[in-house]
Amino acid sequence: MRRAYFKTSWIAAALVAPQLLIIFVFFYWPSAQAVYWAFTLEQPWGGGNTWVGLQNFRNILSDPYYWNSVRASFLFAFGSTALAMGMALILALFADRQLRGYKAYRLAVIWPYAIAAPAVGLAFRFIFAPGAGLFSYLNTLYPGLWDPSVSGTQALLMVTIAGAWKLVSYNFIFFLAALQSIPRSLTEAAAMDGASVMRRMRDIQLPLMAPTFFFILVINITDSFTDSFGIVDTLTGGGPARATDLMVYKIYSDGFRGFDYSGAAAQSIILMGLVIALTFVQFRYVERRVHYT
Amino acid sequence: MAEIRIDKVSKSYGKEKALMQGIDLTIMDGEFVVILGPSGCGKSTLLRMIAGLEAVTGGTISIAGQVVNDLEPRERGCAMVFQNYALYPHMTVAENIGYALRVARVAKAERMARVAMVAGSVGLTEFLDRKPGQLSGGQRQRVAMARAIVREPKVFLFDEPLSNLDATLRVQMRHEIRKIHNRIGATSVFVTHDQQEGMTLADRLVVMNKGTIEQVGSPEEIYERPASTYVAGFIGSPAMNFLPGEIQGGAVILENGIRLPVPGLSGLDGTMVQVGLRPERLSLTGPGRGQISARVDFVEELGSARLAHVLVEDIAISVLTGDKLAIAPGDEVGIAIAPCVVQLFDGTTGKRIETAAHAAQQVETVS
Repeated sequence: MRRAYFKTSWIAAALVAPQLLIIFVFFYWPSAQAVYWAFTLEQPWGGGNTWVGLQNFRNILSDPYYWNSVRASFLFAFGSTALAMGMALILALFADRQLRGYKAYRLAVIWPYAIAAPAVGLAFRFIFAPGAGLFSYLNTLYPGLWDPSVSGTQALLMVTIAGAWKLVSYNFIFFLAALQSIPRSLTEAAAMDGASVMRRMRDIQLPLMAPTFFFILVINITDSFTDSFGIVDTLTGGGPARATDLMVYKIYSDGFRGFDYSGAAAQSIILMGLVIALTFVQFRYVERRVHYT
Repeated sequence: MAEIRIDKVSKSYGKEKALMQGIDLTIMDGEFVVILGPSGCGKSTLLRMIAGLEAVTGGTISIAGQVVNDLEPRERGCAMVFQNYALYPHMTVAENIGYALRVARVAKAERMARVAMVAGSVGLTEFLDRKPGQLSGGQRQRVAMARAIVREPKVFLFDEPLSNLDATLRVQMRHEIRKIHNRIGATSVFVTHDQQEGMTLADRLVVMNKGTIEQVGSPEEIYERPASTYVAGFIGSPAMNFLPGEIQGGAVILENGIRLPVPGLSGLDGTMVQVGLRPERLSLTGPGRGQISARVDFVEELGSARLAHVLVEDIAISVLTGDKLAIAPGDEVGIAIAPCVVQLFDGTTGKRIETAAHAAQQVETVS
């Protein structure tokens, strides 16, 4: 790669300044504010705060509702990541085989990425509504089979599927690109070596996609932990009985509904720490097993 | 026995006009056949159709008496060496070589033994634990070869396997490929655009052009008796001289009026021809002697010989001369052309015209 050096450093500083300013205004400043709030007690209607040290954190960590939220978040994050990666991989493998009509199909699969999370949530609310469509029919046949407004497990499953659906298209783009960057002659060589289509996927294509898998894994996990608010808000509102009260959603409801700014700030700090820790673990332990060509 | 029969094979992509039409070729069991042609002539496509990597549009391909048109590559018993080697980057050399055996569920102990043996035969024993990325070009080439050999295939297919190597290595690998063939004796089809590779490796050479076969024959046959101007120009280095002319009264009258006597042209008066003269079959003599007089334009020093570019009025001819004559640009010289070195091709179709001189020469070489 070509590197450019600036003789006068103020030009370089001026060029990176806009980017740094944006990051500062939208990340460092609010983060610093959240850290400050997390150690103080903020009055609901404003007007001064009191330093309380670790009191907020103690309250959160001794709250069974919070641990319920952590559990739901992990189930959601790992469930939707696994589902999204699995689905995207299957779709990408099909698209890569260039079966008939794959071009139209490829475009159709990419579209959902452009849809906002609340819209996704709304669409899935209709799809999974127990009183209309497919599920009303199934409910008539087997009464009480499906009702996510009553069953916590079903609600979490529904949120997980909706979350995964939104990630599938993003993953698909990357998986397809990874598949297409594998030289055709490699799969041909494997075919000459006697490997069937499935065998070639397993022995040649999947191992060579490992770097992409790793990247998508990190992105999806992070995304599932931090970007699930829209779907939860439109689909379940955290219910029933807090079954889908994911960490992000709890921050919102505690902070802006319960006016517990300090508790919400402390939760944000914990969530941020959790995502950083998870990413670190992935880089430390998963990336080692990835083969970069 | 693995004889390959290619019968009226054609290939086209979609609705476009045929890339290849009516290819007929029989490759005998144990034969080393080289398919030679410029890029885009369809030689690789033909090889890939034999391998089963491309569908055959029309006609049939059979291997060892069995029509293989609808068989998967793995059912055909062919091994292929690719141009870019196509080694699996995430596997070690041993895993690369042994992959076919692993797919075929050969027991591990036997697999290791066979891999070790083949690796030894191509000098890879100490590299078995390396990944392809840690090997040099020549070593990768050997791995690709070993991967093909280990399966003990009926047929070896080579798709320009040497074109990514540097010149020295290419010659060395060429020798090794021929040695391996001599040892194993499997039917081999080798595709290349390098005429030297083709001439040196082949039992039989197939020259292709624009999706058709121009000529099939032994390397010597193709060099001595090219079937067309295309083959004549493609084979031989430096390239053959072509002089357009017309046959009149037992001689060829060149475009600039110069008369080139050629024996055995009776009955061909009025035919437009291309006269083919191989530079290495011509020689320079003193001015006024030889069949044509010419003037030296410039001289290329090749080390072992010199390539003199001379002008016969406005027609340029190159002459390869082993004598280190003191010739300089502007010198008047004569060109000695033995009747038997003159090759004639039809002026319009480019097809070879047999002359009595060649018949005589044939007798001469035989006796």
